[in-house]
Amino acid sequence: MRGYVVERLVDTVLTCVAISFVVFAFLHLAGDPAKVLLPPEASQEAVAELRRALGLDDPFLVQYGRFLGHAVRGEFGDSFIIRDKALGILLERAPATLELAVAGLVVGVAIALPLGIAAGYRPRSWIDHVASAASVVGQAVPTFWLGIMLMLWFAVGLRLVPVSGRAGPRSLILPAVCLGVYLAPIMMRLVRSGMLEVLARDYIRTARAKGIAEAAILWKHALKNVSIPLVTMVGLQFGRLLAGTVVIETIFAWPGIGFLTVKAVRTLDYPVVQAAVVVVGAAIALVNLLTDLVVGYLDPRIRYG
Amino acid sequence: MGERGRRARRLRRLGRRHWTGVVGAGLVAAAVLVACFAPQLAPHDPYAQDVAARLRPPAWAPLGTREHLLGTDHVGRDYLSRILYGARVSLATGVLAVLCSGVLGVAAGLAMGVGGRALDRALTFLTNLTLTFPFMLLAIAVIALMGSGFVNMVLVLGLTGWPIYARVVRAEVLSLREREFVQAGVGLGGSPARVLLRHILPNLWNLIVVLASVEVARMIIVESFLSYLGLGVPPPTPSWGGMLSEGQLYVFTRWWLAAFPGLAIFGTVLGVNLLGDALRDLLDPQMKTVGPE
Repeated sequence: MRGYVVERLVDTVLTCVAISFVVFAFLHLAGDPAKVLLPPEASQEAVAELRRALGLDDPFLVQYGRFLGHAVRGEFGDSFIIRDKALGILLERAPATLELAVAGLVVGVAIALPLGIAAGYRPRSWIDHVASAASVVGQAVPTFWLGIMLMLWFAVGLRLVPVSGRAGPRSLILPAVCLGVYLAPIMMRLVRSGMLEVLARDYIRTARAKGIAEAAILWKHALKNVSIPLVTMVGLQFGRLLAGTVVIETIFAWPGIGFLTVKAVRTLDYPVVQAAVVVVGAAIALVNLLTDLVVGYLDPRIRYG
Repeated sequence: MGERGRRARRLRRLGRRHWTGVVGAGLVAAAVLVACFAPQLAPHDPYAQDVAARLRPPAWAPLGTREHLLGTDHVGRDYLSRILYGARVSLATGVLAVLCSGVLGVAAGLAMGVGGRALDRALTFLTNLTLTFPFMLLAIAVIALMGSGFVNMVLVLGLTGWPIYARVVRAEVLSLREREFVQAGVGLGGSPARVLLRHILPNLWNLIVVLASVEVARMIIVESFLSYLGLGVPPPTPSWGGMLSEGQLYVFTRWWLAAFPGLAIFGTVLGVNLLGDALRDLLDPQMKTVGPE
């Protein structure tokens, strides 16, 4: 186990460093921050002066080393637009994104679990067909379009919920439903195939032979074994979940990290973009690491594989 | 009954069993035809503005005219024509991005499967790295900074989409490598390249086709979102995602501006998914997750 943990730890650290390098390299190639910071009518000398002050004349690797050194200490510089620490601005937005992610996951599980269980328990029944049709449709609907249509119906038409923004629990409903619909099909398929597999096992047949109630078999024996791959998948799909929040935050003007980053990209606010990609990348790497460790702990075949 | 009758009957039976696949193939064929023959099919020039006839509703709604079946947008361009032309951007992006990521991913997967331990370790790391990347944020940042446009979008999608192929191909190569017919090829003195191309690769095609079909659908959805953000093909070229953002100010009062481009994306992606599912059942029964018949 120790060798496996060390290997995964080294991988995670290397991943974070590599992410910071790619982000830095891209932004370095992309343009001259000095020109963004100064008004367009600024003189050549003023631009040169600022470039010197920002250290933009140093060799690329020196600049990257400095960037990495600061990044490790959580310093990504000040935002060009809001004169404040980029990391601080970013972390201020984190609760909104987490709130959306958790709410979306809850909605996704609430859709996927009952449907998946029913479909897997009675394969080829009408409920199985309904569930699989729903998952096919759900996978084909573009999330951002679903968001726009839901806003049209429930916010603009029926005025049941606010159109966008984050004000009170009611404003969370539409974004969470959107994210849930985005996550549910793949979770439902996993639960269904897990149910099918588990119910065919010997210990289920034994339990039935012992005369244990069908409900107890379903909830105690089958579901427990299905939930492990489900948790694993949610952990490993953390990146997908965050990609979903970026889309939904943009549509609903939900003031989270994704919305902030899209805005920062538009205003060429490099420090914020750098901080966002590095911090979110590190978060995904960390969640993947934790998932791998937990799964490795639960399933010895993986850590020796 | 002649050979032809038998074959027709077999095809009919196949079609009945995989009717969803037939529907999917129909939707995909329709999208491809629309993309190819948009100039012939479109009733109007998709770029021609007519401010006097702006924001017309679809023909069946009150105030709608038969002149513009799906209405007009905020500068009076015919919406149906723009949707027909929009198929071009979506399909081209989907296919090219998948081609790009597929070639990269399969090459990486083969290299990991038959290359040495060091190569495998290095490429596995690269695969995991790419999978860990906050892809959506990176795509948005990179395209915004390098300039939006068709080529940049396809490049970003292609360069971030390969790990899925690499992982699957690697695992498959590792198991094929131990099989007798591959061992026989090695034993008969076939060079590694020959064994790879003649014995291993042909056994991977089904898997690759199935994966690619899923990926085309995903790429079309991502393309539409990037276009919606204004990071795809620049206006006035019609793209489904771009149309949703162009009419943004009017989307909430003129429902058709939001509904039709989304339905176009939905129909295309649904078709690709259904076709992909049917292909998976036909080509690769192992990947099937359907219960006992």
